[in-house]
Amino acid sequence: MSSERHSVPQPPAVHFKSADEIKNDKDSKSNILLTIILILGCLTILFPLYMTIVIAFKSPSEMTNDVAGALSLPKSFSLDNFAEAMRVTDFWHSLGNSVLITGATIVLALVIHSMAGYAIGRSMARHKGFKFIYFYIVSGMFVPFAILMMPLVKETAKLNIDNMFGVIILYVVFYMPMNVMLYSGYLKNIPLAMEEAAEIDGASTWKTYLKIIFPMMKPMHATVAVLTALGTWNDVMTPLVIMSGSEKTTLPLAQLNFQTQFGTNYNLAFASYLLALIPILIFYILCQKQIIGGIANGAVKG
Amino acid sequence: MKGIRKKRKPMSKRTKTLLLMTLPALILFVLFNTIPLITGAFYSLTNYRGYGSYDFVGLRNFADLFQDSRVGKSYLFTFKYAIAGTILVNVLSLLIAMGLNSKIKFKNTLRGMYFLPNILGGLVVGYIFSFIFTYIIPTVAKALHIDFLSNSILASEKWAWVGVLIVGVWQTVAMNTIIYISGLQTIPADIYEASAIDGAGKWYTFRKLTLPLLLPFISTNLILSTKNMLMVFDQIMSLTKGGPAQSTESISYLIYRNGMDGGQFGFQSANAVVFFVVIVAISVFQLVMTNKKEEQL
Repeated sequence: MSSERHSVPQPPAVHFKSADEIKNDKDSKSNILLTIILILGCLTILFPLYMTIVIAFKSPSEMTNDVAGALSLPKSFSLDNFAEAMRVTDFWHSLGNSVLITGATIVLALVIHSMAGYAIGRSMARHKGFKFIYFYIVSGMFVPFAILMMPLVKETAKLNIDNMFGVIILYVVFYMPMNVMLYSGYLKNIPLAMEEAAEIDGASTWKTYLKIIFPMMKPMHATVAVLTALGTWNDVMTPLVIMSGSEKTTLPLAQLNFQTQFGTNYNLAFASYLLALIPILIFYILCQKQIIGGIANGAVKG
Repeated sequence: MKGIRKKRKPMSKRTKTLLLMTLPALILFVLFNTIPLITGAFYSLTNYRGYGSYDFVGLRNFADLFQDSRVGKSYLFTFKYAIAGTILVNVLSLLIAMGLNSKIKFKNTLRGMYFLPNILGGLVVGYIFSFIFTYIIPTVAKALHIDFLSNSILASEKWAWVGVLIVGVWQTVAMNTIIYISGLQTIPADIYEASAIDGAGKWYTFRKLTLPLLLPFISTNLILSTKNMLMVFDQIMSLTKGGPAQSTESISYLIYRNGMDGGQFGFQSANAVVFFVVIVAISVFQLVMTNKKEEQL
């Protein structure tokens, strides 16, 4: 009985496969070739990550003078390098700062950008003023950070926000052109009828926005959150120039600041790099669908 | 119709509310984009060093800019990098996207893998590749007696830019691939079936069907990748710090290096103004060109 039961699911599986092959004989052959090529291509992506992991776990004495020394699996998976790297780069504080900056930027972006995107998107066609505001903000996309950098260092110092708060505010401004464009573009998918009905029922514009529009823009919130988060989490330049006066660092900035302290201890350095990559890797593994979907959504709607 | 009806209604209250909604964004944008932009343009007309007093020098900074060999070199590197990078990135990502969009096994896993480089920070990725370039590749090359690669390419004045390019392309391909995949998915399958029935070859179908239908996405990708590559900074910081002999100094890196610490605040502001104009000009040019192509179809 049990052997019979075991064999039951197998024939259909084989059957489906062969049906596929019959359907498109030539194609399915090249598909396997294509799959192999794509898997080989993946090695260029996985090799640097593999190398980072094995070197991070090794002790300096295992790094003999050939490639095998660097690339072979470690003798034991010791966490010493990580403990040392955490101490040297003040890992938990840097991580906390990065989380705080990225989190606050996303919240502010969702509130400020969606509000502006809604107002502009709904009135652009009728009011020249709003159309002007739209192009004024969106044109900010072409302003390179290099031209704003030096004046912003002076400005934030003068306003006493040459700190994490200042960095958050700057990110809200830097991602505003893209996000406002995405939000106001997405509005085209939301019919006016619902708002008009709410208005006839006596709901104010604020209420309509909060109760109807904001929830309906959920797919775009995801896109905005993902794009803004990836940009701010990995950014080095803004905290580097703005927060240089304060003692605080972000996760990538810590790698830059402590580079000299790693010296020739590659194992310590790679443990630190791996630590810096792990939070975003975990986030990516957990939310891969939303991240890729969000970006694809932004490309199609934007 | 709806628009006309709305216009006649007394809607000033709604307009006021909508204006109020844009206000936070507008104030922040003026404060931290427009004002620094104007300040930067203002400083470009002075000999400000970043501290102390300064005088107006008119357009002298701009005149000097075109004579400065270091600035010239940085433009040369940045353009070489951006042009080679944009071409490589778009060819590779379109190929990968078409591969990932066909009937293959492990489709979702492979897509996830190919997007991975995009989520990793440019600085750390640069450090990791720096080890590959300075240690792994030369060691392998020595063992195999390939003289050409037995020294780190990052130490070569002639080839260091290729190292930076490889890392830049490795990271940028990921994003563009996703955008091309979502573009390919907007093309209905029956169009391909129709062209197959008509007996069109694969290359012909690609040229006459896929490419034209992808044009909006190609345009997005070209503008995105050109802009990102022109502003290259993180990889320079971790791979070469502009060296050797300033052969990989990007415009952004030079402005940062000499403007912030080198006492060239005014001069580098002028550099930044020119850089800004160049980026706008290139983006507008790309937009106009792709729009023209789209109209032709």
